[in-house]
Amino acid sequence: MATSKHSSGDRLYAIALYLFGGAVLLLLGLIVGSTVKLTIPALRQLGVSEFLLGQDWNPVNDSFGALPFLYGTLVTSLLAIAIAVPVGVGLALFLTEMVPASLRRFISFWVELLAAIPSVVYGLWGLIVLVPLLRSHIEPALGRTLGFLPLFRGPPIGLGFLAAGMVLSVMILPTVTMVTIEVLRTVPETLREGALALGATRWEAIRLTVLPFASRGIIGAIILGLARALGETMAVTMVIGNQPEIHASLFAPGYSLPSVIANEFAEATGDIHIGALAALALVLFGVTFLLSAAARLLVLLSTRQRKIAA
Amino acid sequence: MIEPSLTTSINLNRSLWTAPGSFRRRQLANHLMTGLCGLMVLLALLPLSSVLWLVFSRGLPALSLSFFTQLPAPVGEVGGGIGNALVGTLYMVGFASLFGIPIGIGAGIFLAERGEGPYGRTVRLMAEVLAGVPSIVTGVVAYGLVVVTMRRFSAFAGACALAILMIPTLARSTEEMIRLVPQGLREASLALGVPAWKTSLFVILRTAMSGVVNAALLAIARAAGETAPLLFTALNNQYWNFRPDQPTASVTVQIYNYAISPYEDWHQKAWGAALCLLLLVGGLSVLARLLPRKRT
Repeated sequence: MATSKHSSGDRLYAIALYLFGGAVLLLLGLIVGSTVKLTIPALRQLGVSEFLLGQDWNPVNDSFGALPFLYGTLVTSLLAIAIAVPVGVGLALFLTEMVPASLRRFISFWVELLAAIPSVVYGLWGLIVLVPLLRSHIEPALGRTLGFLPLFRGPPIGLGFLAAGMVLSVMILPTVTMVTIEVLRTVPETLREGALALGATRWEAIRLTVLPFASRGIIGAIILGLARALGETMAVTMVIGNQPEIHASLFAPGYSLPSVIANEFAEATGDIHIGALAALALVLFGVTFLLSAAARLLVLLSTRQRKIAA
Repeated sequence: MIEPSLTTSINLNRSLWTAPGSFRRRQLANHLMTGLCGLMVLLALLPLSSVLWLVFSRGLPALSLSFFTQLPAPVGEVGGGIGNALVGTLYMVGFASLFGIPIGIGAGIFLAERGEGPYGRTVRLMAEVLAGVPSIVTGVVAYGLVVVTMRRFSAFAGACALAILMIPTLARSTEEMIRLVPQGLREASLALGVPAWKTSLFVILRTAMSGVVNAALLAIARAAGETAPLLFTALNNQYWNFRPDQPTASVTVQIYNYAISPYEDWHQKAWGAALCLLLLVGGLSVLARLLPRKRT
């Protein structure tokens, strides 16, 4: 009978679809499972707290302390956020609130292009263009003017936290900008109209209605940018200097979580070294996982506001 | 509950009345902030134009026919190319697409058609979150799964890492493309007695096809530009390799090695290889843009 033939085809198709959905969950299981399996020999040898808080990283002596990498990743990512957020939010406001649609499309095309450039090309640019510029001009100038802060002291080397933070800021700019634009688009038009009708200038309308309404979503955009910055590997590896040390100065060379994995994994000798590197990957995975989930939730809540307000 | 828009308006009204300063001062603030935001546009486009200009101006002189066809030359020798790296990148990306794209699209169809229950919502959240996983982590996963099992670095391991990267992103973008197809089309097809699975594949997916192809091309472009997951899966190779169980060169790893070397000549080659990579990735993105997008 035709109907039974239909329903058996449909049942097969439904099963196939559920399996494809399951593949995504399987992927998550594989990521966690295989990474955890690699870390076991290291965790047996090293304690968790000694590993996370240890400051000495020396594979030759089987000494594995992750703190310099955690510090380097945090400092460079925060620096990137500090630069990229004002630029990205300003850019998003300019594109959604202040310019005609034709110019908006033109500029968003170029910003999206920023996102399409591979990481290693940014690293090449950072290493050959930005680092010499920092060493000869920007860092000496910062040292002269802001040298009273411990952040801007020390010899201008070029390679270091500042270079990594600046390259990262360029790389996360499209993420911050695009998500902010997405959030700003959900602000109801009536809010802007109401503000303008009450005699607000355009900026006052933005400051008093648009930004408060979109604030949660913008925080989501910032967290997404942060998650991207934490895991960025190649560009950071090429400009951070690769020294497992903790310095207060941004001019000093450091190291980051993804960079040490990239540099040492292929040549790692022994299960403990591999395990320590895999444990770093697991930390990275856990942090970015939580941050992306939190950011998605915030953007979702923010876009849902529209339905309540409308 | 008071409507949020109403409360905002009340607050706004109050703050406008109590706003200090004259109208002229408020207008000045308006112009100042507009100018500041405009400045941000310039600040954002500055690094982009610098990167593009340098890649083209320094990369073009390095290009020649032999650059595309020859093996890398040792330090100090003139000439040499990235032929094996180009082949390696295409080989691994092709391999990754072979299983990454069908699974990604399948998961996307699942999310669009059956993604409403708790299971579907979990899958969607996981796909979103996995799309943000750092690419280096997928390299570690492929190392644990493939390199440890096979006891050697291989093109297959590199392809696995790239496929893991492709699936979550592609699933989400495929879902969005399929959701653009009007519901009436599905209802019309079902009303004509077409089975649900045929409707899904030959009516809905077909209508969304240009968007899905677009998403797949972007996923391929992204995979082609990845370096980090290949460093300790595919490793590198100075020679031609066409076997999946052997280490393989790739354009991105080659750029990295050239860039961190101290030799001026190798930097030159890094710019040339970067130009090739940008043309490859950019070409795929432009191709994706040129495809007519159905926005119904």
